[in-house]
Amino acid sequence: MLTNADLLALEGTPGNFTATVNLRPRYIDADSCTACGLCTQYCPRHHVDPYNEGLSITRPIHIDYAQAVPATYYIDPSSCLFLQHETCQICVPVCQSHAINFKQQPEERKLQIGAVILSPGFGKIDPKTLAKFGYGKHPDVVTSFEFERMTTASGPFMGEIKCFSDGRHPKRLAFIQCVGSRDIGCNNGYCSSVCCMYAIKEALVTKEHDPEVDITIFYMDIRTQGKDFDAARERAEAIGIKFVRAKVADVTPWENRLQLTYATLDGQHKFEPFDLVVLSVGLESPKDAKKIADITRIDLNKYDFCATNAFNPLQTSQQGIVVAGAFQGPKDIPESVTQSSAAASLAAASLKQVRGRGVEMKTYPEEQKVAADDEVRIGVFVCHCGINISSVVDCAAVANYAGDMKNVTFYTENLYSCSQDAQEVIKKKIKEHKLNRVVIAACSPRTHEPLFQETLRDAGLNRNLFEMVNIRDQCSWVHAGEPELATIKSKDLVRMAVAKARLIQPLPEQTVPVTAKALVIGAGVAGMTAALNLAEQGFDSVLIEKGDAVGGNLHHLHHTLAGDAVQSHLQTLVDKVTKSKKVDVLCNAELVQTAGFIGNFSSVIASGKGKTRVEQTVDHGVIIVATGGREHRPDKYLLGKSKKVVTQQELEKQLAGKAKTRAPGSIVMIQCAGSRGDDLNYCSKVCCNHALKNILKVKEINPDSQIVVLYRDMRTYGFAEDAYMEARKLGVVFIPYEVDRKPEVTEKGAKIQVRFFDSIMQEEVVMSPDLVALSVGIVPDDTDTLSKLLKLPVTANNFFLEAHVKLRPVELAVSGVYVCGLAHGPKPVDETIVQAQAAAAKAAIPLVKGYVKVDPIVSSVEQDKCIGCGLCVSLCPYGAIVMQKVDGKRKAETIAASCKACGICAAHCPTFAISMGGFTNEQINSQIVAFGATGDR
Amino acid sequence: MGKAMNHREGSVMVLGGGIAGIQAALDLTELGFYVYLVEKSPAVGGVMAQLDKTFPTNDCSL
Repeated sequence: MLTNADLLALEGTPGNFTATVNLRPRYIDADSCTACGLCTQYCPRHHVDPYNEGLSITRPIHIDYAQAVPATYYIDPSSCLFLQHETCQICVPVCQSHAINFKQQPEERKLQIGAVILSPGFGKIDPKTLAKFGYGKHPDVVTSFEFERMTTASGPFMGEIKCFSDGRHPKRLAFIQCVGSRDIGCNNGYCSSVCCMYAIKEALVTKEHDPEVDITIFYMDIRTQGKDFDAARERAEAIGIKFVRAKVADVTPWENRLQLTYATLDGQHKFEPFDLVVLSVGLESPKDAKKIADITRIDLNKYDFCATNAFNPLQTSQQGIVVAGAFQGPKDIPESVTQSSAAASLAAASLKQVRGRGVEMKTYPEEQKVAADDEVRIGVFVCHCGINISSVVDCAAVANYAGDMKNVTFYTENLYSCSQDAQEVIKKKIKEHKLNRVVIAACSPRTHEPLFQETLRDAGLNRNLFEMVNIRDQCSWVHAGEPELATIKSKDLVRMAVAKARLIQPLPEQTVPVTAKALVIGAGVAGMTAALNLAEQGFDSVLIEKGDAVGGNLHHLHHTLAGDAVQSHLQTLVDKVTKSKKVDVLCNAELVQTAGFIGNFSSVIASGKGKTRVEQTVDHGVIIVATGGREHRPDKYLLGKSKKVVTQQELEKQLAGKAKTRAPGSIVMIQCAGSRGDDLNYCSKVCCNHALKNILKVKEINPDSQIVVLYRDMRTYGFAEDAYMEARKLGVVFIPYEVDRKPEVTEKGAKIQVRFFDSIMQEEVVMSPDLVALSVGIVPDDTDTLSKLLKLPVTANNFFLEAHVKLRPVELAVSGVYVCGLAHGPKPVDETIVQAQAAAAKAAIPLVKGYVKVDPIVSSVEQDKCIGCGLCVSLCPYGAIVMQKVDGKRKAETIAASCKACGICAAHCPTFAISMGGFTNEQINSQIVAFGATGDR
Repeated sequence: MGKAMNHREGSVMVLGGGIAGIQAALDLTELGFYVYLVEKSPAVGGVMAQLDKTFPTNDCSL
């Protein structure tokens, strides 16, 4: 990890690049700094804190935030008295560990690398653009980034939202959307794709702070097109957040408030006062985009984002250099995370020959044997967490209390238990006092348990000989106003942990081998891309397709919005897949049965038609689910009843034909004819772009064609906004409609009539177009069967549910099973390709390693007690328990590699035959007993 | 990710240590490659570290 570092040059060819990187000095020695914070306390100079968006003051010597990695302070040379004026140096004697070193010089380093991933993120909108909304002139106009820091509990105002003008709590709050996006005034014609979501989030958070606040969001289109994003918008509306479709013209002071001038669709001019105005600022290309492009010789698009194409969305114009995240185009966290994994798989494929050569494996000392009857020697460490815990809880009293308990051979306090130096202290004390159990009373095990367990391993102890007590969240935070009671509660919790620690036993670290082959289900663009990527990384896969041929929905598409030809790409993909020696394609195939677990699946696959249908068993280590989706066919708007009503997909086919009449003289398009609360509850994400794609094609063939689009929100996010703008320039009319006043389509003789309420003219309109095109939305293709077969959870809308929406977007709840494409949710081709590459990256991880580690905390069945009722098998959400015949009797058995330690089986077992490693009944009982036994130590 | 050596076969440079760069670096190390994560500011984390909650689940961002 090279921080404070700038890329200066990149030379060479793919597989053999040399990068020159300049490391700017931190003026603090990273190995010595303990992140105690004393230097910041003593530094006399003020420094505007960019981490808090300039809303607070820090010192030139500081750390951005407590959890920063690396946890080393640094000196910002721009305001340091010594570095600017050669005076002061107060920090030097203050630092107890002599970490401050003003002699540090910039260092140039040459890195030999095989591939490059560009992920420089995004830049911020120029304040000049914000000035037209009064930003910089009126203190109560803030950006959404500033507002984010204002609402944060760890922010400069501890989450208290106040007006900057006079400190009052705002009662009326306005969000103005599309500031610096969809704005050709600042050359940002594109949509930033994230602002609608964060505005809704910030509005919801504000409502949590103060339910009385009146919030209005002024918008052009609400673009919550992501998976399950519309539901959040509806939640926001339900709790009273107002959405007003209007462009705000001006923000002017009015007494001590701000007056917003805006015009609504029906042509009314309105004025409304607000206390605080939040500008939903967009994402711009990174500030140094041009510099990066110069150094790496990649092409940028007209907005200075990295230029890529729909079929190879992460490949830059230079081989060996790929892009991920917002630099490829504005996007949210899950999309960025998906792209990162995909970029990793592309880089990995390009360098598969040298895989593993540069990696060093961490080694641990041999594990000390701890037998059940060994003397229990517990060490208790009580953490101050700076002042986070110690300002409320009397840490010394808690430590002393623990010291008096039976089996506690050592106890102490730490300022920050998680700091590097404290880790060393813990290791030293484990050895010095021959500790064989460690209890740490600090923060949340969710974030810090792995760190402390690592420390135990470094000291030669099994990592399960560890118990963590959360005296921060559960004591100092929630009982901040009652320090004495918080201290008593801390003692209670420590007493309970020590009681449990007496009974904990080492748990074995297991690994299981992996069959280096993948099963890919569904051979559309997602499945084919995933299988090919795995092949490029050197792994075999079996690609099964339900239909007669591979290709999926790409067969229905002819060109992309950017104009790329779909069929030629499809042909290339099909050729590659059928020719690849590493991809075994089975058509007319379906999964009959799957047994096993990550690394060791065994599936029965039936393939072929009629008499040639055969069943075969395939052993494989991972599964990629790419079962896709299809066009939804709503039973309304005369679809299927009138020849003049078609879906966008049918229109696309018609437009790709040769007849001159293929582009009708007049078309009415109806958006959300199926999605967003019509038949389907969700937004299908692709329909707006699909409609625009067809519109531009119609206009190309027949420029005189008159097109009216009836829509709810035009969701042409990202660079697709350009197409929306172009369509409007070409004279296409876009008219929004409300969900409670939907357009109606009727037949009158040979003519077709569309009746709708024109919200601009405020009157009912009847049109008789040559054609009606419906944007019908996307439904998943039979996720039911597969979800039952593989025990995969699905969302309320029947798409597969990922393991974590933000951070694990292509993994499913069952280990070793990954998802991509329409089976995960509606999305366009480029996003499908990226997701397939990401799924291939995740699937390749166990295949590369050749083994999977089994978490030691799993359930285990005492076979003597098991009566073979099978309740646990039916309840396990992860398919991690199976029934086995043991001496002719049915017995349950845990598949350790699949178990997620949820404990459902143990809780339901009627004979208490199942216990959870690290959470046995005895251990939990001992904690409960200790809770009641206040006098007993 | 340890100390950098002068020459390592099979290494990848990730430019930018926000959520995208971190995720790419993590996946690459899992896939068997040495990674140089080059970040211009003093800490990795990028903009996501400045966020409080995340949409639509309001999970903590840090």
